[in-house]
Amino acid sequence: MNFLLQFSRLVDAVSEAVGRATLWLILVVVLISAGNAVMRYAFDISSNAWLEIQWYIFSAIFLFSAAYVLKKNEHIRIDIIAGRLSERAQNWIDVFGILVFLLPMASIIAWLSWPVFMNAWESGEVSANYGGLVRWPVRLMLPLGFALLILQAVAELIKRVAFLTGHGPNVLAKASGPTAEEELAAAIKKHQVAPEVADIVNMNHDMAVADSKEGERK
Amino acid sequence: MTEFLIANMAPIIFASLVVFLLLGFPVAFALGANGIIFGWIGIELGLFHPAFFQALPERIFGGIMNNDTLLAIPFFTFMGLILERSGMAEDLLETIGQLFGPIRGGLAIAVIFVGAMLAATTGVVAASVISMGLISLPIMLRYGYDRRLASGVIAASGTLAQIIPPSLVLIIIADQLGKSVGDMYKGAFIPGFVLTSLYLLYVVGMAMFRPASAPALPPEARTFREPNGSSGMVSLGVVTVLSVAAALFWRSTQPADRPLDELIVIGMMIGLGTGFAIASVNRLLKLKLLSQMAERVTFVLIPPLALIFLVLGTIFIGIATPTEGGAMGATGALIMAIARKRLNFGLLRQAMDSTAKLTTFVIFILVGARVFSLTFYGVDGHRWVEHLLSDLPGGEVGFLIVVNVLVFFLAFFLDFFELAFIILPLLAPAAEALGIDLIWFGILMAVNMQTSFMHPPFGFALFYLRSVAPFKAYKDHVTGKHTEPVTTGQIYWGAVPFVIIQIIMVGLVIAFPQLVGHDKPTYVEGESPVIDIQKMLDEDAAADAAREAEKDGAGGTATDPAEAMRKALQEGMK
Repeated sequence: MNFLLQFSRLVDAVSEAVGRATLWLILVVVLISAGNAVMRYAFDISSNAWLEIQWYIFSAIFLFSAAYVLKKNEHIRIDIIAGRLSERAQNWIDVFGILVFLLPMASIIAWLSWPVFMNAWESGEVSANYGGLVRWPVRLMLPLGFALLILQAVAELIKRVAFLTGHGPNVLAKASGPTAEEELAAAIKKHQVAPEVADIVNMNHDMAVADSKEGERK
Repeated sequence: MTEFLIANMAPIIFASLVVFLLLGFPVAFALGANGIIFGWIGIELGLFHPAFFQALPERIFGGIMNNDTLLAIPFFTFMGLILERSGMAEDLLETIGQLFGPIRGGLAIAVIFVGAMLAATTGVVAASVISMGLISLPIMLRYGYDRRLASGVIAASGTLAQIIPPSLVLIIIADQLGKSVGDMYKGAFIPGFVLTSLYLLYVVGMAMFRPASAPALPPEARTFREPNGSSGMVSLGVVTVLSVAAALFWRSTQPADRPLDELIVIGMMIGLGTGFAIASVNRLLKLKLLSQMAERVTFVLIPPLALIFLVLGTIFIGIATPTEGGAMGATGALIMAIARKRLNFGLLRQAMDSTAKLTTFVIFILVGARVFSLTFYGVDGHRWVEHLLSDLPGGEVGFLIVVNVLVFFLAFFLDFFELAFIILPLLAPAAEALGIDLIWFGILMAVNMQTSFMHPPFGFALFYLRSVAPFKAYKDHVTGKHTEPVTTGQIYWGAVPFVIIQIIMVGLVIAFPQLVGHDKPTYVEGESPVIDIQKMLDEDAAADAAREAEKDGAGGTATDPAEAMRKALQEGMK
């Protein structure tokens, strides 16, 4: 079990690092796309390469963040029923889901997209648009992104089993640390002089902290 | 057994989809796995060719990765997240609150007005609900607003971001229905206005018939005062009249056949520019001709209106595609946040982190949906749904009623993304078979799905409001009064009248289809530069349609011979 948990920590670190690096692509693609529009309108210049790089980056964003988002448990679920079940039942559902849903789906896509990449690589496939980009990098993203997702799925499986066998904490429990909404509320408070805003933010924050402590005790 | 399976494949797949989703495993994977499992069963039963799954990589590559429309999702999300920290919403709420505050129901009117304005700059619900919940709710409580009215109006105004362009909802619906985002935006313009007016009407009605529920700000709470004690409204009125006059004058110089949306956008800009010029000259030359109120209102309206022009203006006039409009809006929001010294490294990273997460989980639901639909369409599941829906009694009207009731109730349990990616593609072919205009149908669905944010107890807007509304009694700092908390029950009940308004709006869109605006293709070539732009937008739409047609084949982009050849090769392999 120890070896497996070490492996899952290693995968976590890889996913986290890839995810954090991928974030910056958002800023990059925003600036490229705005730049494309301005250049076309102001100087009547447009380049297919700069247009195509937009969807290359877009693909990179969601494919390389998939494992990171899985690690953060932020792929959305319908939890009207599961939310009422016990912690152990929720973990069992995840074990089942990873084995029966996630791993088969991700493996088939990764497996089948590899030859498509090889084909593009060997044939030197290039965009048909004038001045367009070479295709193999974006073809490679699909198997690569799904391979990372498979690794993270295995890591998550190890963590769920570790909890169920008493070797680790319940990672499905509400993560500590402020949510995006709490952070926004804190930011507004910082710039807002109205004292009751500060009161309410502090009060609700205390409540949330108390809630999560109670949750941990359970 | 086998024969039973083969004959009823579509209903079986659909039933197990419901079970899979309800398990509570992430939707994207449950959806995709459903397609994989039944695809495999289909191969075993001899329904599909063994190479059936070969089409999967291309479905993801051609339909999702190589898709400019979907790129707008991270753009508008990022823009909204940067904007919510820039302090623009707070300034607006404060100033507009002062402007309308002195009349009964004024604070609630200000909330609706600001909600609509934020909705027109960005497409994110959370941001406006949180700002309004923190800034306006305490003030409304202080001066004795009915708690249900106060929380309902905040939650509902926040959801306006879903229907007023540029909303994420409309982008996704456009992509799912194979229509251009620009057309969708144009169609949603008037319904968005009408819905905002219905909210206003409700608040005005409450202020008239139940004055205690929405009192006016008392005189001591009106902070923008002139030294001589007047409110400064006259001077604001003069600026407004001058601005409107400038816009109307420009309008009168324009040819009659200029499209209405351009007239509105450019007219607004000219009116605003006039107001801005007056206020700037007044401030720079220290003329003191304008009241404090007039100056504040003018300056606070500049940033949001400039952003609206940058995004919607460029899209409607045809300078930018909706995706580029999103990118320009995001750049504008960044510049504004830097100028206001609100942007730091941590905030930027946070905004990118949230954007990447949202984009990823949304796009992955779509990946799952496309894996699912390969199998479901493979067994003619769409025909099954189409027959089910088009055989309803009452033809088109019967269909619309059933579909709307269905979506309304599903919205209690599913959030918007799930509805749009799973339910909408099933409904669209049936709607098309009945001869229903898909743009109109998409807007109708958007208005209906907006309720998924307001339905107790899962509605996101209510959830966000709960997180910033006071949980416990507190002492108000201005009046020193003991203020009771806002209960969760009050938030839920407060949403009910607005959900009813939403249903009325669905009825209005069905009864008056002309509410959904359309371009009339009456332009003749070579008349004015406008036509080229029109042509460009049309070509955009045509390209979109072509891409959509391509999507469900195995192929990639239509213009790409290498892809086409590879596609042909793959077809040959099967």
